[in-house]
Amino acid sequence: MEPTLAVSSKALRRQEVEEGQSKILFGFWIYIMTDCVLFASLFATYAVLHNNTFGGPSGAQLFSLPYVLAETMLLLTSSFSCGLATIALQNKSKAKVIGYFFLTFLLGLGFLALELREFRHLVLIHDSWTRSGFLSSYFTLVGTHGLHITIGLIWMAVMMIRVLKGGLGTYNVRRLKMLAIFWHFLDVIWIFIFTIVYLLGALRV
Amino acid sequence: MYFANFWLGKLSIHQLPTNRITQGGAIMMVLIVLAILAYVTYVKKWRYLWNEWITTMDAKKIGIMYIIVAIAMLLRGGSDAALLRLQQATSVGASHGVLPASTFQQIFSAHGTIMIFFVGMGLMFGVINLILPVMLGSRDVAFPFLNSVSFWLFAGGMVLVNLSLVIGQFSNAGWLAYPPLSELRFSPSVGVDYWIWSLQIAGVGSLMSGINFISTILKNRAQGMTLMKMPMFAWSVLGSMSLVVFAFPILTVTLALLALDRTMGTHFFTAGGGGNMMMYVNLIWAWGHPEVYILVLPAFGVFSEVVPTFSRKRLFGYTSMVLAIWAIVLLSFTVWLHHFFTMGAGANVNAFFGIMTMVIAIPTGVKIFNWLFTMYQGRIRLKTPMYWFLGFVVIFTIGGMAGVLMSVPPVDFQLHNSLFLVAHFHMMIVGGVLFGLFSGLIYWLPKVLGFRLNERLGRYSFWFWLVGFLTAFTPLYVLGLMGATRRLDHYSAATGWQPLFILAGFGVVLIGIGLGLQILQLIYSILTRHALMDTTGDPWDGRTLEWSVPSPIPFYNYAILPTVSSKDPFWAKKHPTEQPALEIVQDNQPAYKDIVLPKNSGLGVLIAGFAFLFAFAMVWHIIWLDIVGVLGVIITLIIRSTDEHTEYTIPAQEVAELDRNYRLERAEV
Ligand code: HEM
Ligand SMILES: [Cu+2]
Repeated sequence: MEPTLAVSSKALRRQEVEEGQSKILFGFWIYIMTDCVLFASLFATYAVLHNNTFGGPSGAQLFSLPYVLAETMLLLTSSFSCGLATIALQNKSKAKVIGYFFLTFLLGLGFLALELREFRHLVLIHDSWTRSGFLSSYFTLVGTHGLHITIGLIWMAVMMIRVLKGGLGTYNVRRLKMLAIFWHFLDVIWIFIFTIVYLLGALRV
Repeated sequence: MYFANFWLGKLSIHQLPTNRITQGGAIMMVLIVLAILAYVTYVKKWRYLWNEWITTMDAKKIGIMYIIVAIAMLLRGGSDAALLRLQQATSVGASHGVLPASTFQQIFSAHGTIMIFFVGMGLMFGVINLILPVMLGSRDVAFPFLNSVSFWLFAGGMVLVNLSLVIGQFSNAGWLAYPPLSELRFSPSVGVDYWIWSLQIAGVGSLMSGINFISTILKNRAQGMTLMKMPMFAWSVLGSMSLVVFAFPILTVTLALLALDRTMGTHFFTAGGGGNMMMYVNLIWAWGHPEVYILVLPAFGVFSEVVPTFSRKRLFGYTSMVLAIWAIVLLSFTVWLHHFFTMGAGANVNAFFGIMTMVIAIPTGVKIFNWLFTMYQGRIRLKTPMYWFLGFVVIFTIGGMAGVLMSVPPVDFQLHNSLFLVAHFHMMIVGGVLFGLFSGLIYWLPKVLGFRLNERLGRYSFWFWLVGFLTAFTPLYVLGLMGATRRLDHYSAATGWQPLFILAGFGVVLIGIGLGLQILQLIYSILTRHALMDTTGDPWDGRTLEWSVPSPIPFYNYAILPTVSSKDPFWAKKHPTEQPALEIVQDNQPAYKDIVLPKNSGLGVLIAGFAFLFAFAMVWHIIWLDIVGVLGVIITLIIRSTDEHTEYTIPAQEVAELDRNYRLERAEV
């Protein structure tokens, strides 16, 4: 008896591709969760060490809230423009997607520049990570966030080129969605850093 | 000089081993590796290796590679154990045994590290890869490429640990490298760095596997397989991988902080500078306790498949099993402090963690009882997988009771860091994890190899393992109660410990014979495979989906993806009167469809290769190579993600033909 051959249509294949893409998105959410745990561990370290200044300066002496507020505004605005890019993505408007992501990129770059400038300042006045347990945990927590931002920026650059060349196909849309999730996630982490490290640190006398 | 420092970092010819034992080990290892390379070249199999194995995306093959690495590491870790036992049996009074203290320390550190990370984790991921996708009625894991990267990172970590034997040295600080001993000030050599970076890359690999298997279980199940119809093995893996996802990032952070202390001069765990070494101990156990359950849950899962099959009964208490798994998962994160009651956190804190530790024994007990009730009134067949199960019940119960004893803080103050503790965790990890995974290997290898393993040799090896294990570890309880602490390289004759140490050493010899018999079993079974051929695909009268496909499993797993509607779908199909009949496949009228499979890719091994270079350069402080490693990883990732044609399609026509041939071939054997 001859087996019947079900004709496989293009539609079926497209459905499979879409399922695959949604699976990747799902996996990406789990990755974000693991990154949350990673930051949670760093926050815990900071919480344990934040008073161990070992004769060095405390957060209240080092942090300038207006400066950090500027950083925060840059990052929040970048998150907003990233949101606008997502809306443009839904409307399949390639030019807008690239435009808003470019804006996001610039704002993120600005944030990173400010952060590095602050780090440089601390190192120059000899309050680097080697000074005390407090500063070790401060640099590591904030620096890890900065490292994530850097990775996000590289990713964004690659994606802009890719959209320019390849347009908004299924694959690129999924990748942009992942990038947007990543970027918002970093924003949320920064809110915690702003509150726990800078606000509480600067308010403590 | 500066030039050499730039290119080679801390590497130099003086880093080659100077001590006899290490030299012997290093030379032997190099010879084995060279012999393998020469053999592959001689039989001209490089292309085959590259195409069929190194670049493969097939979970079954990746599983086999995990298992091969794990078995090699079991031999390495086992030799370490034999040396440790030899030292402790002989180094008493005037005699100082065979090993210098520093070598002894490196060996026990390497032993623990290798056994947990490369044997336990390796066998676990091996068995999961081998069978989980098939069991779920799926063609592969959710992310095959990620799977390949995970494996090669694991292999990279393995190479790094072993490299420390040849160049430089390994850590002297134990398998968990507590500071301040593991800080640069007290461990200035590269040993601890080898430990850190080997675990770091292997650990990231495990983390990615965790994400992969969770997605596989939640997204790749056969149609109709609701969560509560999943095989219990899948539930166990889901529990274990959830622990991976929550615990491994903590390990990543802990290792990174220790590395920062050692290379950048931070003060996380240092004795001065405002560091806090007890924070390290807390962090490492916040990962470490979940880790022991990460290892043991999949082994539990194996037993939940093996026991029903060989009792010809449904698993007793399916729902309570699921609940027990999730209770264990949650409670795992609430007991870590029992590893350092002596820290002095105060009576209330200790009482809390003591009670939580006792509580976690309850779901574990539930599972044991459920297996026993599954056997009750079953038609039991005592095949080798069942032997390992029965051995497990005995050993695991004894070890578990020892654990509950230590969960009482005042008792633990006496037993902490004694050989009593060592006996406890070996009973859990060897008796639980290894026995479980051995059982699983014998049970599932026929699915992958196409033939069963020799039963008689399997039984012999089991008995040697069981008796050897009890001989090797029961004396340690007594020694612990007599006051022997762990990691002693020398003791006074007046303690009266030597006879027990000698007995324990004899036990290791028996285990060694058991291990030898297992390898013999494998080789002998391969040689006599024609007599052991599995022509039906269902050698044990199994219950779950994996037994419905032919052995060896075709590379596409299922010609037609199955649909299920009960817990033991294959059993239900074979016994339509017992349970409502359910269709798996309509054999007489197969409706073949195109199959889409991932293409092989060498980029997985490339990414792991760059990660390995990075790790190696971190150990030896070779900055340019670090940069090469990082850039390599990033660029390879970008290249990979640019490729949108990572899959290929087998047209339905061809699937039909493949399937027909497969059936014919099997029918002829
Ligand atoms: C039945 C539940 C269990 C209880 C009540 C329990 C209890 C304990 C306690 C109190 C300790 C700390 C003792 C000390 O350091 O003084 C300990 C250590 C340990 N347990 Fe368990 N345990 C249980 C299950 C397990 C399982 C299932 C495994 C492995 C699969 C395991 C592996 C270990 C390891 C590896 C150590 C210590 C390693 C080290 O210090 O280097 N335990 N256990
Ligand atoms: Cu524990």
